[in-house]
Parts: sequence; C-alpha cells; structure tokens
Amino acid sequence: MSATTMLSSESGLSRRSFLRVSATAAGGLIVALYLDLPVRAQAPPAKTYPPDAFVHIQRDGKIVIQVNRLEFGQGVQTSLPMLLADEMDADWAHVVAELAPAADVYKDPVFGIQMVGGSGSIAHSFQQYRELGSKTRAMLVAAAAKQWQVSAPQCRTEASVVYGPAGRSATYGELADAAAHVPVPENVPLKKASEFKLIGKSTRRLDSRSKCDGSLKFGLDLDLPGMKVAVVAHPPIFGGTPKSIDDKAARGIPGVSDVFEIPTISRGTAVVVVADKFWTAKQARDHLSIDWEFSRIEPADTQQLRAKYKELGATPGNVAVTRGDLGVLDGVSAANRFEAEYEFPYLAHAPMEPLNTTIRFDGDRAEVWAGSQFQTVDQMAIAEILSLKPEQVTFHTEMAGGGFGRRATPDSHVQREAANIAKRCQGIPVKLIWTREDDVQGGYYRPMFAHRVEIGVGVDGMPLAWKHVVVGQSIVAGTPFASLLIKNGVDETAVEGAADNPYEIPNFTITAHHPTPNVPVLWWRSVGHTHTAFVMETLVDELASRAQADPVAYRRKLLKPDETRLRGVLDLMDKESASWRNHLPEGHAAGVACHESFGTNVACAVDVSIENKRPKIHRVTVAVDCGTAVNPLTIESQFQAGVTFGVSQLMAKGAITFKSGHAEQNNFDGFTPPYIIDAPVAVDVHIVPSTEKPSGCGEPSVPVISPAVVNALFRLTGRRYRTLPLLSL
Amino acid sequence: MQTYKLTVNGQTREVTADPGTPLLWVLREDLKMTGTKYGCGISACGACTVHLAGVAARSCVVPVSLVGDRPIVTIEGIEEDHVGRVVQDAWVAEDVVQCGYCQSGQIMSAVALLKSRRKPTDEDIEESMGGNICRCGTYVRIRKAIKTASQQLA
Amino acid sequence: MVFSDTAFRGSSAVLILIACLAWSGTLSHAQGTGQEAISSTREAGLAAWQQVYSVLTTPRCINCHTATNYPEQGDDRHRHLFNVVRGPGGKGVPGLNCATCHQSANADSTGVPGAYNWHLAPLSMKWQDTNDNILSSTAVCRSLTDRSRNGSLDGPSILRHHGQEPLVLWAFQPGRRRDGTPRSLPPLTHEQFVAATRTWVGAGMPCPQNP
Repeated sequence: MSATTMLSSESGLSRRSFLRVSATAAGGLIVALYLDLPVRAQAPPAKTYPPDAFVHIQRDGKIVIQVNRLEFGQGVQTSLPMLLADEMDADWAHVVAELAPAADVYKDPVFGIQMVGGSGSIAHSFQQYRELGSKTRAMLVAAAAKQWQVSAPQCRTEASVVYGPAGRSATYGELADAAAHVPVPENVPLKKASEFKLIGKSTRRLDSRSKCDGSLKFGLDLDLPGMKVAVVAHPPIFGGTPKSIDDKAARGIPGVSDVFEIPTISRGTAVVVVADKFWTAKQARDHLSIDWEFSRIEPADTQQLRAKYKELGATPGNVAVTRGDLGVLDGVSAANRFEAEYEFPYLAHAPMEPLNTTIRFDGDRAEVWAGSQFQTVDQMAIAEILSLKPEQVTFHTEMAGGGFGRRATPDSHVQREAANIAKRCQGIPVKLIWTREDDVQGGYYRPMFAHRVEIGVGVDGMPLAWKHVVVGQSIVAGTPFASLLIKNGVDETAVEGAADNPYEIPNFTITAHHPTPNVPVLWWRSVGHTHTAFVMETLVDELASRAQADPVAYRRKLLKPDETRLRGVLDLMDKESASWRNHLPEGHAAGVACHESFGTNVACAVDVSIENKRPKIHRVTVAVDCGTAVNPLTIESQFQAGVTFGVSQLMAKGAITFKSGHAEQNNFDGFTPPYIIDAPVAVDVHIVPSTEKPSGCGEPSVPVISPAVVNALFRLTGRRYRTLPLLSL
Repeated sequence: MQTYKLTVNGQTREVTADPGTPLLWVLREDLKMTGTKYGCGISACGACTVHLAGVAARSCVVPVSLVGDRPIVTIEGIEEDHVGRVVQDAWVAEDVVQCGYCQSGQIMSAVALLKSRRKPTDEDIEESMGGNICRCGTYVRIRKAIKTASQQLA
Repeated sequence: MVFSDTAFRGSSAVLILIACLAWSGTLSHAQGTGQEAISSTREAGLAAWQQVYSVLTTPRCINCHTATNYPEQGDDRHRHLFNVVRGPGGKGVPGLNCATCHQSANADSTGVPGAYNWHLAPLSMKWQDTNDNILSSTAVCRSLTDRSRNGSLDGPSILRHHGQEPLVLWAFQPGRRRDGTPRSLPPLTHEQFVAATRTWVGAGMPCPQNP
C-alpha cells in the first residue's frame, strides 16, 4: 500500500448550538438558530433585506431575482419571484430567476439559516419577498419622481414602466441606476389581494424550457478547467475503517491521479479515488482491494430490528402527549377493544440526480458548487474542515435534481468528504460524485418504525381510549436540532401527526422509544407524517368500519370541533369525488384519508383496483387548504406528483433492508421507485379559496395517499395492511 | 484507449476513450454534452436515453465500442426534429417538469413513441414510457403532454 | 431400356440415400455446425433429445421463450425488470425496445448481454406456461417440431438454427454480469448441443411419450 496521509480527524459535531426561541404575538414560536463556530460566532440573520441583494434590474429591462433557497422541483424559483415581481409591478416576461449563493442576507427569516425544508419556503418568505418587491417599486418611483420633479403619489407603475403626470414614462431599465441610489424605505405598503396581477394566477415555471432542451446545468453537470472527479469507497458497514488497501491495479489505470483515505463523519474511514473522468475513477474504485475492519461495530439487521422493535412496542416509552385516563381501557370489554401493530421499513430518498459537490481549495479561500438544501450549515462544515472562516468559502447553489430531504443533512457529510478531498488536491477543482449505488447504500434513510396501538371503542362507536407506542430512531439526536425538537426524550419528528392528531379522543397517550442501531437516518419528505398519517388514517377507517359508518361521515363526527380547515378539505374532497366514488365499476373500491402537515390541510379519495397483484390507482381527488395560493399551477403539480412520491411506500421493492450491517439493495433494481404504471393515472386537485397566510405544499401530499389506497384495498380484499411495503395482494 | 468517430446531432466528433466506456460518459465528459443524464448506470431509469439510428438507446449501458457508425441524437439535438420540437413545446405548455433531471430521458422516450405512433393509446404510453423513472412523480403531466403533442402532430 | 417413372424415382432415391450415407460417413467426423444428417435409433434420439431439452430449459435460452408479454432475466428467471414488454414483434415497444439496451455484442463493461437481433421468441415458441413454469420435455419437444409453430423449420433447419443462429450462439458466450462475474452457461458446450441435435434429428426428432 502506497503512503496515504490520514487527514485531520473529524471532531464530529462538537460545536455547541445556541437556540434563541421567542414567542410571537400569535402564540407561535420563532426559532433563530445560532451555531457557534470554533473561530467566531456566525452572524445573525439579517433583519432587513436589501433589495439590491435580491433584484438586479438590467438596462435592457431584464429583471434577475435571487431565490433564497434551493430549487429542486418544488417550484420556488418561480413562485418566490412571482411575489416580488407582483409587488414590484414588473413585466413578468422579463423576469429571470437565479439561485442565490450562500450569504447571511439569504437566510430563511424564520429559521435563521439558509435552507429549504419543512415546506416553509412560501410560508416564511411570503412577506419578505413581497416587501422586497414593494421596496424596489418605491425606489424606482422615487427615482422617476426626482427626475421629473414630481411627487411619488403622482406616479403609477405597470409592467416595468413608471408613468408620471403629463404623459411622462420611463422603463425600469432606464431608472435602475438612479434607483440604486435611493435610500431603501423602511415601511412599504403591500397590495390587497384584489390588486394581485401574478399572485394567485397559474403561472408556468421559469425553468421549464431549459430543463427540456438539455441546456440547464445541474451540479453533476458542472465542468471547470482542470477539474478532476472523485469517487469514494465507503465502508460497507457504517463506521468501518480499512485494515489494508491494495490500490496497485487502481493506480495503474491511465487517468487516475490519486488514491487516499479520508475520515467521514458517520461512516468511519473511506478511500478516495481521484481521476480525470468519472468512468476512470469508477473503474479504479472497482479495482481497489480493501480489507475492512468492522469487528467492534454493530451490524444492523432488519429481522433483528423488527423483533426488537416489536418487543419495545409492548412497553411504554417516553411520554409525548397524555390526556385523560388510560385506565379506562381496562374497563372496555374485549369485543370493543383491539390492537394493531404496524411496521415501516427504512426508505431511501433516491433523488434522480445522485449527490455531488465540487470544491476548489486555494489555501486562503475555497469555492463550492453544490445543490444544497442547507447552505449555511454546509458552508460552515466546509470552512471547518479547511480551517477557513465561512465568509472565505464562496458557496454557489446549483440547481438540484430532486432532494426530498436528502440534500439537507445536519452533518453535511457529503460536503465534508468533498472538503477533505479538496484539501488534499489543493488548487484543483474536484467534483465528488456519489454513484447510485453509493446513494442507495449510503444511509441517511427515513428510519424504520414500529407502532403499537390499543384502542378501546365506546358504545357510540367512537374511540374512548387510545394507547399508542412509537418505536424508531431519532432523526435529530446528535444534531444541532436536538435541543429544539427533543422534549422529554421524545423526538417530535417521530410522533408528529399522531401526537397532535385532530381527533376527539378523550383518553389518549402516545409514547416513544428511540433505539440506536448503526444506521444514519434523516428526514424523508413529510418526515414523521410518512408513518403517523398511515397509522392514524387506517385506524380511523377501521373504527368507521366497526361502527358501520361511512368513512367521511365518521371523520366529520370524530374531528375536534375547532378543526374547521380539515373539515373544509374533507367537504371539498367529498363534493368533488362524489360523482365517481358512488359509481365505481366492479372490482374497484374507494378509500379516503385526511391529514394536516406543515400547516396545510389535505383530504383525498382514491379509486383503486387490483391488477397483477398490485394496487392500480385509477384516480385521486385531492382537496387542499394551504391558505393563500400563490401559484395554483405549482400547487396542482406538487399534489399530482407528490401523491406518486407517496406511493413509493407501497411499492413491493420500496424498502431498504439490512443484513450483516449493510443495505441489501444497491440500485433501482433492488430499491424501486414508482414507474408510470405504479402511479395514479389521473389526479384532480382542488384548492380551497383562502386569504389566510400561505402554508407549504412540498410535503403535505405525501402522507395521505398510502392510507387512502390501503383503505380502498380493505374493501377489495377484506384485509388490513399494516406492514409496509405491500408485498403481494 | 481507442479513437472513435461518432456522429452526434449531425456532426462528426472524434473521441479517444477506453472501449468499455459507456456512451453516456463519452457524451458528458469527452464531448461536454451534459443534457444526457446519469441516474443509475444500470438502464433502470432512462435518464440517459439517446437515439441511435433512430432507436431509443440507454447510453449508460452502451459501450462506445458498440456504437459503430449509427448516428446519435441527444436531447441537445432533438429540437431539430419536428416531432422533437413538438414534444418539447408540449412539455413546456403542460408545465411537466419539476426538478427536471429525468426529463431529457422522458422526452427522448416520448419522441421515440410519437415518431412510431402518432396517436398512442393510454396503453401505448404506459408501455413505451414504462421504463423511465421520475422520482418527483410527474407522470400525470407526462401523459397529458404526450397527448397534447399527439394532437399537434395530427 | 426405358425405366418406369416409379422405378426411376425409386432407384434414384436409393442412389441418393447411398450417397447421403457415404457423405455422412465422411463428414461424421466433422466438428462444429455441420448441416449433415445422420441416422440414429429412436432410443439414441430420445436420449439426445433429453440433452437438447436440458439446454433449451437453461435460463440463457428459456428466458426469452416465455408465454407472457415479458422476458425473464437472471438464473432465477425473474420477470425482466424496468417494465420491458414483448411488443408486437417481440422486440419491445418504441422507446423501450430490446435494442434500447441490448446491443449486437455483450457489453461486459456495463453487464448487459447482447447479440445480433436481440428479441423474444414468438409466443408460438413458448417453452413455459403463463405462470412461468417450464413445460415438460414432451411439450417442448412437440412445440419444437410443430412446423405450424416453429417458423416452418424442418429437422435440418433446426439443426442449422442450433448451429448458427446468433442468439443461440450467444447462450454459450453470454458475457459478464454487472458485478463482473461470468453468466452461468448451459450444461453442454455448443458443440455438444449441436451434436445432440444432430442425433435427435437423425432419429426423426422423436418426442418422449409422457406429457
């Protein structure tokens, strides 16, 4: 083995995190997350947002708007600019969106870091982008008014033109330079909903054409002069290290420039191959002969975990929520009591664009290109590895081919790998590429979960007592989010959707166990709701069946009185699906589900039959209440496609299973996302008209589809499916 | 290493590569044409779809040594084809894309379908598009866009 | 002397038969893909058929002789992944043809097998039932010898097919899988397979009685 240098060992996430939590007037919580660096504290998020950081008006009238978070399919690079452009009275035809690099000014106003997640983009930046647009407009008007020696109220704006008295006019492009010198106004008016020209209108995406003609570059497409490509041989069991490496054959391949070890934050020590091209690097990696050391590492095993989780589910865990008296359960006769055990596997996100990061380290600075959902966190991690300050790290946000949570990693593990590689290859830009195999086997999955629920049914057919135990790894333990999201030993993301369920259940307790198998885990589109909604909505359906009640009527009765918005979507779904739900052909059945997540209320009905032993979803009717609908077209797309993403959970090969410490699946042949035949054929989406504050649509589509389909399957087969994925019907 | 003369989007290009190198990586790294995407490397997802002598081909599994003199058409060149242009326009009109990473391959598969069948049935669409993965799940709009394109081509 | 028609034909047939026997005697030592006919006993023919059947039902052959609208793949003969379908001509469908992935030769660097004109055998040549169960020796033999189902091939044509058809030859040089390991081979070499076919054809292509 040729000499390899161990780079500085990882200190892990040893920095302290400070959380500032303050209550808003409305009783909610605003969290500002401050992460303390060894060098100095990171600057707090900007309280004012200078328009010139967000809007650049070119002389030819083109308006370039910076988007303060990653676009990875959810449509923010269109909907956020719409907010700004509307208040600015910009000509939409001249608007171009760019993904902003990492900078303080682009931090999420609520979370205090630059990020995208929690379906929070519109919710958190709605006010912000509108104000930016209004301020920009005010500055343009002020510049025109000054030139014309008139007052601002004498001017009006429309489609990138300021009109003054006596027929004067000037385009935004003509006024841009002068406007830049106008002081930014503090308070600006915002349009009334009736004045919106763009907001609320279905608007096609700005990035569509370039994604259809091959011209748009994703992170993986980056090409820089002198660039090299790196691939990493990860330990097959998380935490392993190489005992010996035979890289003779690898180094012998023309084009290979280096082979060396790097520490990783959760996976032990890995071996890097750097070459001139991807295929060369991959061939070289395949020719490495590595003897791995795992003797002291616990190998995860799905069958063992299933048994352990089942055992844990039979005992109470840490309390998340409790009310009433569970002793009531003992008083319910056996005929009116039942138990249900649920199992959920590990899930890979598998975004279509495999993970990749390009970094060039020049000693006193570094430049990064990455499709990151967590720019602030990643930038700091890279700075730490390269012994730089964050502001010495220029971080470009690249367009990403899907994320679903996978690109938001509190430990920045991929960026750390890339930084360690860049450090070794100082002066040369190196693109780190994870192959699909690396991705499917690389961890950071939606955790495996088990639920055990005991329900005592009252004489009125409604649940009288509900004892619920959740077993699954904590996603945030060991991350800076731990102190925010773990209360009384319960990771809130493991019980959300069940602990705060909308149903009137007088005696209710939910507890959780968080075992710690050797598998890195992460939030997967809609997080806890992925499994809690399945449990809640199938159990409510079962209760309805037992009470011989219509599932929609039963839910109306069971919902808490103040769940007006959830009732609203239930009603809308009922109305929009009544025509087909009550006239299904032979061999078809309907299923319904409703669930609120991330502030958005959703109800859906599905038309399902069984074909080739699989559920065939002919139609889905979805009703959504997300408050003010900024771009109805985006919302429709998110729900049409999001329910397909949700169908992942039902796919026969939609599970990551562990044996001898590593995932048994390594590509789409073993872990198979939905293809077109697995997806619903038709999805109609209905948005509740609303002027309430907007809530997100990135995730709320996912939780409802699996329970709705399984509720329909019960009507076809008489069986309750409580273990996912569905293997065979 | 060997030198190959490839015809790509009507132009002759010369590359020197290991014979086993998949056409995908020759296109992306030797010819700097990144419109054709890497999604899986095992022909499971279709993101790498190009046309070889008019037939859809998954470039991630076709070694450059087996291309021969078959003309290659990629997403960058498909707009020169009438059907290609109509399909791209339909994709934009129906706002199909989300992250967009799979869409080069989806479009190349759809073009292959429509060049063969101007009026595909739902079953034709499911069969021809059946091997392309869209993780975002845009299949409902893909179906619609294919039908829109079909109407344009009628 | 004028021979009668029948006598002439009869003696011609004898002459031809003698010539064939002499010819086959000369060529019976020849290797490879000969088209020569030989004469075998029924017992020898049935034994040879069992050898032929053992090859036909190996995954390398039977994976494309399905009764369904899909091929199979792998030694475990699972349904071919990625939703590929038979299509009208057994060549897949536009956008997802067999040729979309399978080229004219094995692609060992990517693990995809290939041979000239990769496609499914027509349904008339199915050697499995619709539940992917392999048909009996008798059933496959009957299928192979039924000229209304086998593409009108007679014995010599079948022998030629087994000897020269690229897809048949492929089964004996099936290339490497994605993980670099060689694909498993039929139980006979190609030469042995052709020899067994020759013996079977020479016996008049007898089929075992028990269905």
